Amino acid sequence: MANIEIRSVSKEFKTGKVLDRISLSAEDGEIVAIFGPSGSGKTVLLRLVAGVEQPDEGRILLGGRDVTDQAPETRSVGMAFQNFALFPHMSAFDNVASALTAHKVPRDIIRAKVEKVATLLKIEHVLGHAPRELSNGQKQRTALARALVAEPKILLLDDPLRNVDAKLRYEMRLELPSLLKASGSTVLYVTQDYKEAMALGDRIAVLSDRDFAQIARPAEIYGGPATINVASLFGDPTINLMPVEPLASSAGQKIGIGGAALSLPPGYAHMAGKPCVLGLRAENIFVEDTASPESVPVEVVAVTPLNERTLLLLRTNDGREILASEAGTNEAPRRHGAAFARFDAESVLLFDPASGRRIAPQAA
Amino acid sequence: MEHMSVLERVVRGVLIALIVLFFLFPIFWIFLMSFQTNEDILRIPPSLFFTPTLSNYSALITGKLVSNAGTLDIAFMKNLWNSVLLSTASVVIALILGVPAAYAFARFKFRLGEDIAFTLLSFRFAPPLLVLLPLSLYFQQLGLTDTYIGLIWVYQLIALPLILWIVRGYFEDLSPDIEYAYRVAGHSWWRTFTRIAIPLAGPGIAAAGLLAFIFCWNNFVFALILASAEKQPVTVGALAFVTASGIQYGQIAAAIALSVAPTLALALYAQRYLVEGLSLGALKG
Repeated sequence: MANIEIRSVSKEFKTGKVLDRISLSAEDGEIVAIFGPSGSGKTVLLRLVAGVEQPDEGRILLGGRDVTDQAPETRSVGMAFQNFALFPHMSAFDNVASALTAHKVPRDIIRAKVEKVATLLKIEHVLGHAPRELSNGQKQRTALARALVAEPKILLLDDPLRNVDAKLRYEMRLELPSLLKASGSTVLYVTQDYKEAMALGDRIAVLSDRDFAQIARPAEIYGGPATINVASLFGDPTINLMPVEPLASSAGQKIGIGGAALSLPPGYAHMAGKPCVLGLRAENIFVEDTASPESVPVEVVAVTPLNERTLLLLRTNDGREILASEAGTNEAPRRHGAAFARFDAESVLLFDPASGRRIAPQAA
Repeated sequence: MEHMSVLERVVRGVLIALIVLFFLFPIFWIFLMSFQTNEDILRIPPSLFFTPTLSNYSALITGKLVSNAGTLDIAFMKNLWNSVLLSTASVVIALILGVPAAYAFARFKFRLGEDIAFTLLSFRFAPPLLVLLPLSLYFQQLGLTDTYIGLIWVYQLIALPLILWIVRGYFEDLSPDIEYAYRVAGHSWWRTFTRIAIPLAGPGIAAAGLLAFIFCWNNFVFALILASAEKQPVTVGALAFVTASGIQYGQIAAAIALSVAPTLALALYAQRYLVEGLSLGALKG
């Protein structure tokens, strides 16, 4: 068993509290993406698990063993540092092999293992080079190979794709999930790119403001973000947020936008008459030329074609600005001017403006 | 360099020549003096043309100083050996003590850490004469006067602070993540220190060791007070050339030439280690 358990861990630096009683557990073989804006303490959390930093309070258990007071070399984890942290006076081969030389592995087995992982990561041709002779992508792969080579049961990856160019990042984002799954390791993967988190994580732990805002599967986080903050961190373009006040009517709860009344899905009866924030993703807004029941008259103010989709900036009669996105650009380019926006009522999200928490629909 | 005009190159060359001349002329002159007799040296005006003689060197090496007043025994070769022994032993001990201490000061924050480090540095501020009187009294009581061990111990006042502060700076420049990466890979603290920290601070350790060696080699006043002729280094031994019958400039010049040689050779040898920038490209740019 190689599960990771972080129990109400706090860490404070001179500059202030970074983590405040946070807890997280990862099952054996699970990949948990730790996502959050920069400076939110993701790296600190990873370093606590590696034993490079000590928590002020709380316990850390790896494979059921309490390692809170154990030195990093006794934890048998693999870690890739964000700044690579390669040993500049050793060749790439020795860098990778360093994870094996600590354990009295015979030389020929070391060679075989290093070459195997190097081939997997396509750095076998630069194993003889010193770190300063490697490109950023090769350095990143060397650091990753060093973390993987000893086949650790627990793998900690600190934003390993941050310092590599866009093309390589895209390739690695495709390759990494199968690579990590094949390793069978329990993985904590730190990233500040929501797409990377969604592509790699079995679950995503969203770190914000010293604590996890939400820990859930990618689809759950995207479809049901716990807070306004989480909702706006996931998605491109950023989710549309509008202050609204649902009205009770005979046909359920309605929301008035730009002169039209939209029906809310059932379960929001308790919100009637209370101010809240409406969250609606760009891809759940359909812009049409003709009016339909519950569509909102809008003006298309700006059109941004991005190869696979088009972004539209809409303005309603009461002056709200809304971003919508349409798939494909094959049809005739969309014109500026009057149009009608239809909202997918099922995907509407409501948030409490005071706490920022999502208001879940209540069962009837 | 390729983009310099002819004029720039000429001006550059002239300026470099002037600087080299300014700094090297005394050494060059002493080197010439070491091949001259006292009469040649004292002739006015001085001349570049003279009959070279090896008598100065032979006097130093055989230990017999022949002058108008008769033959005088000098212990120059013994002094030179003392210098080598004292400086080398002092630097080796200072490295053994100073490098781990420098690492501790660079990596760990502990109570009074900064105060201890500063106290060690302050040994360099204190005028040596101030400590010498009490020190010589203590040394007499402890039986350390006129011993190599006593001198090497006192030389730590020179070597240890230098090594501590220079090497500390190099350790502080190393990214702790490089060491953490080695420890996470399963290596003990000690192995990380010897396999990662020391090799990466190597150029700094070499520079500090060399500097400490030169400072020890050039020390005069500690050895003058605390050691007899038997244990004195060349710096003190050179006093023997100020004899009753006059100052032996030729021998002094030859002695300087011989005593500068080891440090010069060491500096030339260590130079390539000093300029080697090992940590390049280890971290992201």
